[in-house]
Amino acid sequence: MNAVTEQSEPVYVKLAWCKGCGICYSLCPTKVLSGNDLGKCVVTAPEKCTRCRICENHCPDYAISVMGVSKS
Amino acid sequence: MLPQLEKYFRTERLPHIWCPGCANGIIVKSLVEAIDKAGLDQDKTVIVSGIGCSSRAPGYLNFNTLHTVHGRAIAFATGVKVANPELNVIVVTGDGDGTSIGGNHLIHGARRNLDLTVVLFNNNIYGMTGGQYSPMSPHGAKATTSPYGNVERPFDICNLVTASGASYVARGNSYNTGQLTNLIYKGLQNKGFSFVEALSTCPVYFGRKNKMGKAPDMLKWQKDVCITKEAASRMTAEERAEKIITGVLHHEEMPEYTELYQKVIDKCQGGRA
Repeated sequence: MNAVTEQSEPVYVKLAWCKGCGICYSLCPTKVLSGNDLGKCVVTAPEKCTRCRICENHCPDYAISVMGVSKS
Repeated sequence: MLPQLEKYFRTERLPHIWCPGCANGIIVKSLVEAIDKAGLDQDKTVIVSGIGCSSRAPGYLNFNTLHTVHGRAIAFATGVKVANPELNVIVVTGDGDGTSIGGNHLIHGARRNLDLTVVLFNNNIYGMTGGQYSPMSPHGAKATTSPYGNVERPFDICNLVTASGASYVARGNSYNTGQLTNLIYKGLQNKGFSFVEALSTCPVYFGRKNKMGKAPDMLKWQKDVCITKEAASRMTAEERAEKIITGVLHHEEMPEYTELYQKVIDKCQGGRA
């Protein structure tokens, strides 16, 4: 599930499980995430991530993993 | 998902069958987080469900699971718990399954104060069978079987279960996942009938019929409409009218069924055992 171990990428998205509901990028407070042509989650601005884990907590499909700890 | 929660899922079964944006997945994650926090042994935990969208959850959870007939989840769970009082028994049910077809089992489970934790996923509609209104659909809500608005009034299921005799009753929502996790955790800790109503969303039927927007809009609606019990106590009756009150609504220590039953067994066996 958490295949990526590199700490450089804050958000790992398992696209095979993503159904493109749009919850993650609608709720993301710093707009790290956005939707691709199918509405599935893509990481577009990883440097803005504060690791608040709102996307991870609200992803109904368990497709998102946030690495590292919160900055706040 | 947090890596430590992975062991609680049958990952080879994922992704689940729930529609895009269905909040059932969020509630299941909260349930699993609560189980992790409570440190329950997976081999000593049984998850029982009935029929419906929410009742598919045990199929994805790596515990002893039981997917039973419509509305009878609490009846099966009663059997499991009474025969094996050492097991932690959790019931996953939906608003149609738990309050309509299984309404009788729910009130009698609460009356006995049997040590179960019931998590009722309330999406206000029968999602799996095509969007018929349920006993939890709000008055005036549109559904396949109420195209001009629901004539009936819904249950306040938390009040019903409290009145039936449950020792712990709480309500959470799928936006405030931390709160929901804590409410389920307290339910798992409580010795007796613990009932948690978790507000779910059905963007495909309930949301679309009632023009509530897409899945993120429904979650944001929950964020706006839900207030804690503490906040509600500072509001006037008019301000409170349109709100949904969340938090621990009832908690009272009461004698638990399996302990009382064990006393009967001891008495009948005259001290042998």
